[in-house]
Amino acid sequence: MGYKAKFRVWRGEAGEGRLEDFTVEVNEGEVVLDIIHRLQATQAPDLAVRWNCKAGKCGSCSMEINGKPRLGCMTRMSTFEEDETITVTPLRTFPVIKDLVCDVSFNYEKAREIPSFTPPADVKPGEYRMQQVDVQRSQEFRKCIECFLCQNVCHVIRDHEENKKAFAGPRYFIRIAELDMHPYDVQDRRPQTAQEEHGLGFCNITKCCTEVCPEHIKITDNAIIPVKERVVDRKYDPLVWLGSKIFKRSS
Amino acid sequence: MTQTTAESPVRKQRAQLKTRTLRTDRWWLAPGLTFAGLLVFLIYGFWAIFDTSHLAGSYIAPFSSPCLATSCPEGARLFGFAPFGDWYTLPPGILILGLPGGFRLTCYYYRKAYYRSYWLSPPACGVAEPHKKYTGETRFPLILQNIHRYFFYFGAVIALILTYDAVLAFRDKDGNWGHVGLGTIILVVNAILILCYTFGCHSCRHITAGRLNHFSKHPLRYRAWTLVSKLNAKHQQFAWASLFSVMLADLYVRLVAKGIINFPFA
Ligand code: SF4
Ligand code: SF4
Ligand code: FES
Ligand code: FES
Repeated sequence: MGYKAKFRVWRGEAGEGRLEDFTVEVNEGEVVLDIIHRLQATQAPDLAVRWNCKAGKCGSCSMEINGKPRLGCMTRMSTFEEDETITVTPLRTFPVIKDLVCDVSFNYEKAREIPSFTPPADVKPGEYRMQQVDVQRSQEFRKCIECFLCQNVCHVIRDHEENKKAFAGPRYFIRIAELDMHPYDVQDRRPQTAQEEHGLGFCNITKCCTEVCPEHIKITDNAIIPVKERVVDRKYDPLVWLGSKIFKRSS
Repeated sequence: MTQTTAESPVRKQRAQLKTRTLRTDRWWLAPGLTFAGLLVFLIYGFWAIFDTSHLAGSYIAPFSSPCLATSCPEGARLFGFAPFGDWYTLPPGILILGLPGGFRLTCYYYRKAYYRSYWLSPPACGVAEPHKKYTGETRFPLILQNIHRYFFYFGAVIALILTYDAVLAFRDKDGNWGHVGLGTIILVVNAILILCYTFGCHSCRHITAGRLNHFSKHPLRYRAWTLVSKLNAKHQQFAWASLFSVMLADLYVRLVAKGIINFPFA
């Protein structure tokens, strides 16, 4: 049943480090995070790794396994060959604190830049009346577990550190989409600010965020592209612009 | 031990790994196939534009439709309409090429396909791109991708014309209805795939109801959106299927027109 697997794990602090080789026991039904824990228990007691739920729901154990951004607790060992060397590294887009633990505060800063849900002034909490069809699109985005795998894989910042200032990233585009599609949100400049302040235009819809999302949120198709289309409405479509001039709606 | 408090400058460093990627799977396969697939289409399209066999019996070659010049035979013209007279000597395909071409060029799916396979930006997920700088679609020329919805309007017209052409293919050489040949079937299948591709467009999805925040107040538009969303989920598949079907249908008609294919049920 069990076998010895070859692991290469990135060890180091604050960016400086190297890949270290290990041979470690693997049993049936285990996931990569189990093996990292076994390394901690047997060979590398100071190996740092972040985790919480071991059920794919807390979003803590994001790492890169054979170069692919994944959740350590949701990557089954049975998907690898027994003689394969499995390389585990920290997320490549964020600064490393130690070993597999990154400083992901970039994401929290970006989160704070998005204006929060803005309901109409005259509707009190408890008075919201919404139909399921009106909120179902936003609900898909609520599944996000903030693992930041999408943020990590996005080439806009993964390959270009200098774009971090201007680019909020896919996780925050789904936040903008969620709020902009919400029937009770009255902040009506969300698409414009997405383009002007949060760097939506940097996204070239190559869909890596969608590919890695462990919650299978259709980030590109259901959030980014719809918001891009809403941006076109407000900023680039001459007919919509003309229409809004001619049929100026009375407030 | 290195300081790792928030103020420490070293904490700003990513893991220093000098490799382009640590992926061990065949990540280059998908962009490679995409590269080849699109190249085949470009080469074929270039040839077809200069080919003059526009019409075979009642079959109209899709790349020549609608034909707006007098250089094509009567039957290949849309309702016999030819605003470009004998003075126009360039291939008639050039007149309309920009519309379906622009439609596919600015399509959200094809953008992904060629950004990945031709521009390598990125070639695959988790594989570093070779470019020093990256601005995406924030400035000229790529900001022009935002006009995609206008190409969609034209694309929809072209799709309807090809559908009409497929209906006309139910006539025989002499114009009598009721004919069904291999060419009829090919043109019908092609028209269906083109329709599924065109009406699964993201801009179409936005126009039907995607732009609204209250689906419940617009039940009909919501129904349309649901249908478009179903096609949209398969947009990539329809993009490839229709790309190859239009190429095969076009080639088939031209080969029949040239007499290279001439079996009785052609
Ligand atoms: S689709 Fe856009 S946001 Fe998502 S990974 Fe690609 S460039 Fe980044
Ligand atoms: S959108 Fe998906 S990949 Fe991105 S943070 Fe949320 S769960 Fe993770
Ligand atoms: S440990 Fe919670 S998602 Fe993996
Ligand atoms: S045709 Fe592909 S998105 Fe419009």
